[in-house]
Amino acid sequence: MSKIAVKVDDLTVAYNYKPVLWDIDLEIPEGVLMAIVGPNGAGKSTLIKSILGILKPIAGSVSIYGKPYDKQRQKVAYVPQKGSVDWDFPTTALDVVMMGTYGSLGWIKRPGQKEKKAALEALEKVGMLSFKSRQISQLSGGQQQRIFLARALVQNAAIYFMDEPFQGVDASTEIAIINILKALRKAGKTVIVVHHDLQTVPEYFDWVTFLNVKKIATGPVKDIFNDDNLTKTYGINYKVSIQE
Amino acid sequence: MDITEYIKLVFTDYTLRTITLGTAILGAVTGMLGSFAVLRKQSLLGDAISHAALPGIAIAFLITGAKDSNTLLIGALISGLIGTFWIRGIVSKTHLKSDTALGLILSLFFGFGMLLLTFIQKQPNANQAGLDKYLFGQAATLVESDVWTMAIVTGICLLVMLLFWKEFKILLFDADYTKTLGFNTKTIDVLITSFIVLAIVLGLQTVGVVLMSAMLLAPAAAARQWTNSLSVMVFLAALFGAFSGVFGTAISASQNNLSTGPVIVLVAGVFVLISFIFSPSRGLLFRQIRFVKNRRDLELHKTLAFMYNIAETHENVSHPHAIKILNNFQGYTKGTLQKLVEKDYVKLTGNMWSLTAKGFNAASNLYNQQNETDE
Repeated sequence: MSKIAVKVDDLTVAYNYKPVLWDIDLEIPEGVLMAIVGPNGAGKSTLIKSILGILKPIAGSVSIYGKPYDKQRQKVAYVPQKGSVDWDFPTTALDVVMMGTYGSLGWIKRPGQKEKKAALEALEKVGMLSFKSRQISQLSGGQQQRIFLARALVQNAAIYFMDEPFQGVDASTEIAIINILKALRKAGKTVIVVHHDLQTVPEYFDWVTFLNVKKIATGPVKDIFNDDNLTKTYGINYKVSIQE
Repeated sequence: MDITEYIKLVFTDYTLRTITLGTAILGAVTGMLGSFAVLRKQSLLGDAISHAALPGIAIAFLITGAKDSNTLLIGALISGLIGTFWIRGIVSKTHLKSDTALGLILSLFFGFGMLLLTFIQKQPNANQAGLDKYLFGQAATLVESDVWTMAIVTGICLLVMLLFWKEFKILLFDADYTKTLGFNTKTIDVLITSFIVLAIVLGLQTVGVVLMSAMLLAPAAAARQWTNSLSVMVFLAALFGAFSGVFGTAISASQNNLSTGPVIVLVAGVFVLISFIFSPSRGLLFRQIRFVKNRRDLELHKTLAFMYNIAETHENVSHPHAIKILNNFQGYTKGTLQKLVEKDYVKLTGNMWSLTAKGFNAASNLYNQQNETDE
């Protein structure tokens, strides 16, 4: 078995009194492309946000390559949900991608030529180079998603967390994004994706975690992506026809 | 006093120069920080802060018994900060939304401040007169030391903004992401908010508690219309704010008995109005013009396409047809036909029309383009 990239122990998160995540133990091996699936309100986004320290858990700990997350931030990149920001903000596509370099720059230091070059390269990877000077409100939903992806790529991290990157994008963007994710996996990166479309799980991902407040199952798609786990996660008698 | 006389006086008259300089600096710093407030969707925060400052002014007077403006402003600063952090506390610790928290703190602090003001007015202390000028402000009371205070605070504010520009920008755009990059978002947030409070408190003497939030919002709202770059927006907002201060002071000084604060706010309002209407990319006027133009172009294209469909059925594309046929087509007007003739796409002979070769080509290209974009 390969190295463990992300290890979550006893993670419990609650908004007010109701637990959103209950006692999650999770080990994500290095180099997998993993989907987190579960019904609405299962805590998928919450799981990512608590791993990244955006939300404060009631209990539990997260380690990245065996060390606490706080010391390993440089190894982790995050792609938030597209709808989490105001796209009418006065800035350009290139500027948003440049933000990916801010973490390695630290306080006060301004991005320079090196950072700009990295940002342009990332824009090219997502096929958005010609839109670099475009005001971000004039981008389509799919293009905005690609910009967010490019911003994470600039961080040159080892582990990528993505919150519903396929939400509201058209088929061609979806293919472009999944190709980038597969390229990341090929380069040895670990990619964790909150995903909604169960039909595409076997095609896109090699690892899957079923989540519904508690962790239902986690492992290789070919072993555990079955009606039994789907039914346990979604509550109803779920029959998804998996291509044999 | 008319305007030319006023301009002469600005350079010679000490008091007028002080006031003009003071309102200009005030407009610049509030415009600058107001951009951040507007982009954070905290427009109402300024209103709450300025109202929350009132009890601080009254309490500072009750303790010291003096009307020294710096002392009173420190009182305002403290109670403004308390109000602000209570708002944040309410939002993060309870289920209440920020608009409720803002409204609550605004009215509670303002009510308490008014209570203290009336209490002070009933006191035998002869010094108490004029404390209520903080409600609507009185620029005439500005003295040189006040302007120095404003200039120094503005300078510090500018320095901090330049140093932490990158941090401010990313926090404004995407706070969660900023956290994952390892920045302490709370520190940045407190920094921005504290400067907003400071700028508001500085303006209380000039513009007053009630109108202060307009100084924060109006220049920023106007500036947003003209640019899609954050740095240009902040710069423009500072410029609009400064000009509002200067023009406002000029108007109120040249017309007797117009109080300066409200005039400055109205001038800032004029900037907003002009920006909303005349901004090239976001303004109402040009948007309407573009809308009408696009619709005309489309009408023209549709008419041409309709003619093309008819012409296509004939071997000779320039086969003449009765104008009457066009009446079957919705969106056809005599105007569009005339335009097509001007473009040499269509020929008119009597009450018959025929497509020219040029028109036929243009129409078929139109078709191809349409099909391409459909794919």
